[in-house]
Amino acid sequence: MEIPYTSSARPDTGLYNAKLGIWLFLASEVMLFGALFSAYVLLRVGAPEGFWPHGWLSVTLGTVNTLILALSAITTLLAWVACKVGDYRKFKIFHACTLLLALSFLCVKSYEYHDKWIHYEIHLKDGRIADGHLEEQDDQTVTIMGRIIPGDQEQLLYDLRSQKTIPRDEIKLDRSNILKMENYGPRHNTFTAIYFTMTGLHALHIIGGCLVIGFLWGPGSRMWKKDHERFTNRIEVSGLFWHFVDLVWIFLFPVLYLT
Amino acid sequence: MENTVKQFPPFREAPTHADHGHEHDEHHDHAHDHAGHDEHHEPGWFSKYVFSTDHKVIGIQYGLMALLFMLFGFGLMILMRWQIANPAKPVPFLGPLLEKVLGQVASHGVISPELYNSFGAMHGTIMVFLGVVPLAFAAFGNYVVPLMIGAPDMTFPRVNMASFHAFFLGGVVMLVSFFIPGGAAQAGWTSYSPLATTIPTNGQAFWLVGMVLLITSSLLGAVNFIATIIQLRAPGMTWMRLPFFVWAQFVTAFILLLAFPPLEAAGLLQLMDNVAHTSFFLPTGLAVGGRLADISGGGSPLLWQHLFWFLGHPEVYVLILPAMGIVCEVIVNNTRKPVWGYKSLVYSVLFVGFLSFIVWAHHMYMTGMGQKIATFFQATTMIISIPSVIILTCLFISLWGGSIRFNTPMLFALAFLPMFGIGGLTGLPLGLAPADLYLHDTYYIIAHFHYVVAPGTIFGLFAGVYYWYPKMTGRMMNEFWGRVHFWCSFVFMNIVFMPMFLQGIKGMLRRMSDGAANYSAARVPGAIDTLPDSIIHLNHFILWAAVALGVAQIPFIINVFWSIGHGEKVASDNPWKSTTLEWQTPTPPPHGNFKVEPQIARGPYEYSVPGAATDFTPQNAPADKKATAAH
Amino acid sequence: MSESKSVDIKSTVRLCGVVLFVIACTTAMMIKISFLPFGWPLKVTFILGVAAVNAFLVASYLMHLLTEKKMVFIVGFFTVCFFISLMGLTLWAMQDFPVGTTH
Repeated sequence: MEIPYTSSARPDTGLYNAKLGIWLFLASEVMLFGALFSAYVLLRVGAPEGFWPHGWLSVTLGTVNTLILALSAITTLLAWVACKVGDYRKFKIFHACTLLLALSFLCVKSYEYHDKWIHYEIHLKDGRIADGHLEEQDDQTVTIMGRIIPGDQEQLLYDLRSQKTIPRDEIKLDRSNILKMENYGPRHNTFTAIYFTMTGLHALHIIGGCLVIGFLWGPGSRMWKKDHERFTNRIEVSGLFWHFVDLVWIFLFPVLYLT
Repeated sequence: MENTVKQFPPFREAPTHADHGHEHDEHHDHAHDHAGHDEHHEPGWFSKYVFSTDHKVIGIQYGLMALLFMLFGFGLMILMRWQIANPAKPVPFLGPLLEKVLGQVASHGVISPELYNSFGAMHGTIMVFLGVVPLAFAAFGNYVVPLMIGAPDMTFPRVNMASFHAFFLGGVVMLVSFFIPGGAAQAGWTSYSPLATTIPTNGQAFWLVGMVLLITSSLLGAVNFIATIIQLRAPGMTWMRLPFFVWAQFVTAFILLLAFPPLEAAGLLQLMDNVAHTSFFLPTGLAVGGRLADISGGGSPLLWQHLFWFLGHPEVYVLILPAMGIVCEVIVNNTRKPVWGYKSLVYSVLFVGFLSFIVWAHHMYMTGMGQKIATFFQATTMIISIPSVIILTCLFISLWGGSIRFNTPMLFALAFLPMFGIGGLTGLPLGLAPADLYLHDTYYIIAHFHYVVAPGTIFGLFAGVYYWYPKMTGRMMNEFWGRVHFWCSFVFMNIVFMPMFLQGIKGMLRRMSDGAANYSAARVPGAIDTLPDSIIHLNHFILWAAVALGVAQIPFIINVFWSIGHGEKVASDNPWKSTTLEWQTPTPPPHGNFKVEPQIARGPYEYSVPGAATDFTPQNAPADKKATAAH
Repeated sequence: MSESKSVDIKSTVRLCGVVLFVIACTTAMMIKISFLPFGWPLKVTFILGVAAVNAFLVASYLMHLLTEKKMVFIVGFFTVCFFISLMGLTLWAMQDFPVGTTH
């Protein structure tokens, strides 16, 4: 006996196996990201007044990424439609676009990560705080492009949105004056922690989705000749995963970038 | 009105490739029977036994691994009980070996507090995630569920294989953690922050990585089970004709699917805390070893607890529901009558599954909760006891008027009922915050949950092993040694755990490596409310009972392996004369299970139907005037 | 075949164009709202509301959830219930504690 309903729909549920399977999996993913969003809300609500960052992330880049991902969701749908109508060439084109868009998303994300990685907050021995992007450093000195603020005005570093202009000058510091130097990595504060974790996990899902769609675009597309109905279903199912990844970003973007 | 199966046109009478060429299923990439045609080459040993995609092989793989892990977890417990009864004394026989293998933490054969803590944490983790869940859900579920619903295999056989291998890897990671410098995880199976992040060992990180692998395995398994039960039921197998075991596994799978991911998320966050030095769960101002920790702070230890227990509580229903399913099957079969209250059972198990998601904070009454939220969780906790009691009651009432056969599986199933009753009833005071404030983290809790899982679930699982063994191997397990195993286990389980209720009520706290010697009247005479000698002395009593319990498992282990070659051969494919579908297959079932797709027209428990020729009618027997309507 | 409705590329492209346009507009709307001089609780509510509309569009049209089968809805319904319990009850628990016991 062979496993039924791999391509055809079961009459009472109206679903073929993989479709039910992917929706079940997506349900578990909703709980996964839901837990992370709950953690975000809790950490934010629990943060002391004035110490939750605003404006640390580039809204422009975030918007570009949002549009890239939305477009890729559309090309994914169109790839599936192309399969449905039997247009193999169009399917190849659309999913190639999906993959390229996904890669661009990851490139933009890497640039954003890099930006945080070279952004340093330096506590000086005299109590002031220097903050900016690292230009160069050696054993003696550290040069950043940023500003120095008095120690008691640390909140200026958090709410960037409310400050009309933020001065950016080249500042050279002597290492002997530096008490502590830390970049805007995950350990810097809970915002960067949750930002890197959530976008990192999301990026891992993008990579996973790319691998699956890439496989189906490449070696897996052999199934088109043998069983195009089943292949179309695979495109649909992987497309649903991809749309879910887009859905997560639709919430990630406003939550992290805009609020 | 006769029942028909018209809504499902039989999709395939006998396997032919005539006009279904393009529906060739690629899942079966190794040999399977096609009405006698063996078109594919015989698979190698690795494909057949290690990388199999057949649900029965995977079920047995899970079963054997789980039993091994349970034995290991049991061993950890014996070592702990030794330390509790004889604090700071070298372990007899195994002491030198421990020292050799583990080094400093077991110097002179004495279990140090750090080692005790790691044994405690790993005993819990291994028993729950590597022992009971894989055995109850993955092993029995994988083997039996497709057979019971008339399916050829699971919906996604390769995902099934992947899920086993993820489980295996997770187990390897957990075991390896014992041998790294610093040792295994030591912060309890609950891995509370900030302790879990500040302990100077990488064992916690290993634990988290192991947990992520195990959770992934469970998630893949859950998707498979749910899809299989929804999509692959044979024609005529309506929802209300499913054996209760399938319902139990269905709800269990849903719980795993939706409750595990928050723990995976939390595990990821705690891993970030451990490795990337974030402060998700570390509060501002945390001091470690008298010094301010170099962290950003701003985190919340309570957040970990909420995310952990969001899984943690549904997890205990994952532990118990499959066992309840097994017990139901065994009782029905050995009373020769249908289960009492099938509909109540089904609705109760669905209700339990749903409610289990909103009771979790009853594990957190001690965290300074406000009255309103505590009241909410007390209410849901009390309510969830209702469907649990309904299930137990239905199983009890099913015995009434039955023609009871007292074979080994039935003995275990019968013992399950009062044992789970004790476990469940002792949970009631724990569900009420005022009583829990006193009893929390005492031995009362240990006794409560062990009663539910040990003489509860594990007895159910033993019943399952004895019951389905003939189907898997074609031989019966030895009945005499089965009864020896049962009676010894039953007696010694109770001797081990019953005294712990008393110890807990008297105030003995858990996770104390010296067996509460520091709080004993002997150590601090004259202090108020110390533990009297009688309570401390119980530790010796419990240790010997635990050793005896271990010895009682030896006949079982021997029986399992010896009976494969020497057990009494079954006289038929259905030695227990059961109605459910798994017994209507050849022994053992071939790849693909059913030569012809079963057509179902009956309920699952047609025993002793008045006017029928025999006292049982298999579920796939053709419909006739005496068939029960689909209810 | 999962659905028996007829699909063709042209009408889907048109639909996609509309969806993309709406997503772009809603994104712009969210950005505008975030820069308005209101208090954060109000802004967050609006922004998340708009994001929910966005999500609804993606789910309904791109994932064709609108025409999906009952079984999928049931799974989705329970998932949403449990997600809300997770977030809601956890937040409630963190807010509700005896007065004067913490800073």
